[in-house]
Amino acid sequence: MQAGTGLAIEANGLVKHFGTTRAVDGLDLRVPTGLVYGVLGPNGAGKTTAIRMFATLLRPTDGSARVFGHDIVAEADAVRSRVSMTGQFASVDEDLTGVENLVLLSRLWGYSRSAAKARTAELLDAFGLADAGGRQVKTYSGGMRRRIDIAASIVVTPELIFLDEPTTGLDPRSRNQVWEIVRALVAAGTTVLLTTQYLDEADQLADRIAVVDHGKVIAEGTSNQLKASVGSGALHVRLVDPVQRPEAEQVLIRTLAASIRLEPDPSALSVRVSDAQRVGYALAELSQAGVTVANFSLGQPSLDEVFLVLTGRPADSQTDGDPQTDGHFSTGADAASAESSQEANA
Amino acid sequence: MTATTTTQPVAQAAVRTALSTSARPPLATGLSASGTFWWRAMLKIKHVPEQLFDVTAFPIMFLLMFTYLFGGALAGSTGAYLQDVLPGILVMTVTWITMYTGLTLNRDIQKGVHDRFRSLPIWRPATLVGPLLADGVRYTLAAAMILTLGLVLGFRPGAGAVGLAAGVGLLLVFAFSLSWIWTLLGLVMRSDNALFAVSNMVMFPLTFVSNVFVGVETLPGWLAAFVNVNPITILVTAIRGLMHGEPVNGEIGVVLAVSAGLIVVFGPLTMYVYRRKS
Repeated sequence: MQAGTGLAIEANGLVKHFGTTRAVDGLDLRVPTGLVYGVLGPNGAGKTTAIRMFATLLRPTDGSARVFGHDIVAEADAVRSRVSMTGQFASVDEDLTGVENLVLLSRLWGYSRSAAKARTAELLDAFGLADAGGRQVKTYSGGMRRRIDIAASIVVTPELIFLDEPTTGLDPRSRNQVWEIVRALVAAGTTVLLTTQYLDEADQLADRIAVVDHGKVIAEGTSNQLKASVGSGALHVRLVDPVQRPEAEQVLIRTLAASIRLEPDPSALSVRVSDAQRVGYALAELSQAGVTVANFSLGQPSLDEVFLVLTGRPADSQTDGDPQTDGHFSTGADAASAESSQEANA
Repeated sequence: MTATTTTQPVAQAAVRTALSTSARPPLATGLSASGTFWWRAMLKIKHVPEQLFDVTAFPIMFLLMFTYLFGGALAGSTGAYLQDVLPGILVMTVTWITMYTGLTLNRDIQKGVHDRFRSLPIWRPATLVGPLLADGVRYTLAAAMILTLGLVLGFRPGAGAVGLAAGVGLLLVFAFSLSWIWTLLGLVMRSDNALFAVSNMVMFPLTFVSNVFVGVETLPGWLAAFVNVNPITILVTAIRGLMHGEPVNGEIGVVLAVSAGLIVVFGPLTMYVYRRKS
């Protein structure tokens, strides 16, 4: 293993077309070893397609990628013996029990019958599935299902593990369990590449994040760099009396120097905040001006907001081929990379 | 975060131990990997026994239906007809259920289970060869059902147990070879429904337009011409001969040649498609 040195993944201009759909369209990516790397993007951004190419399940239409220095097409077997993939949906056999699935994979990895059984017991214990081992996987809850998926991916310790949206559709408790597993994986020296639609998740887990849209990386950096490029989020204020809204609007424009959004709720308004420090001052000024605030909240920038800033459109919009939008892309990416280098120098 | 961590059944330390203790064993051989996939297919039969309907209920239904429906009209009596039609129904049933090989593979691919296997550094044909061998078990089971019922109903093979075994053996060789076509289609077709439709389109004429139910001499010339070159006809003749102790060396040779041809053509073609699939 080459923890801490070199690159786990190096992709240059990776392209994958399905008919006329450009799922991945010139993806450049550098994933250092020994950390959690988050790939953030909306549905259809090309995250899964990219991972499937890295895991040698798809051949790129164009471009190239190396995993631990091995070409994903020419040296597919070398790549396969180093990586492990946990798919978005099924990737263990639902008809088989947890034990049978893990024994099956252990046998395929070359364990003898008895060693396969021992390894299975060890993995089920570690993932809190020992009691459920005898049950068919289709009876598992979403969280258990995700854990058996991950357990199946570490039958032999991979140098790089792909987790494709590991917490999509999970309840908060199961999501925390998956996060704990990811932290344990990286602590043990495995590089983790995870895709997610949640900024929150990338923020919690990933040391570095690439934001992907329309098959391209549009921003890359640490979570802080990314947020700095977006601003710290939005201040939402609800007033006791809607009549005071125009007054509140004036105060917030003056104190935060930002554009105000008037919510459909006549007593609510929100402001994009670039500097969280100034929020306290703004609230004090509101009270000074005699505006009574019923409640307020300072929201983290959501993925939507990140996308709005980086691309000039919300994350869920899938319209493409609009030259104006493309213009926004490059601006956003440039801004983000400028921020990145700035922070890297500091 | 500390408060939530303590309530997790997932112990960080245990996961870390599980990761660190895994010294890599040498990779599984192709034979061992095929054996493991064979075992998986057996486990699936254990967990979903209703999938055996096609090899248990169908053969019984076919045999009873055709024997009593056509027996009197075609051979004067059901007993006489049975001697001829039983080997035919045996061939028809077993060749028919070969198409489930492709259906199973197609569903595996759609469910994503196959992706996990494909991302392993194993001998790649193992994922296909293992299930094909497991299908041998299903074919044998179906053959045993039909022969047992046939013997109860009055089927009396002239060549005895040896003839029966030789006939079933020849059938298994042909069925294994034919399965490669369905495996290829299973990889290529987009849905199991489409695959089912195509398989039926091939199997219906192949099995019915043959000498399974009626003698070739009763057919109009143009139809007889097709029936005579239909591999199913030749296989049925060979198996009838083996079971009743008639000389059919020529037919056996043709069946073996066709089987070898199927494997030589569709084996590599299937593996090529499998590797290129993306």
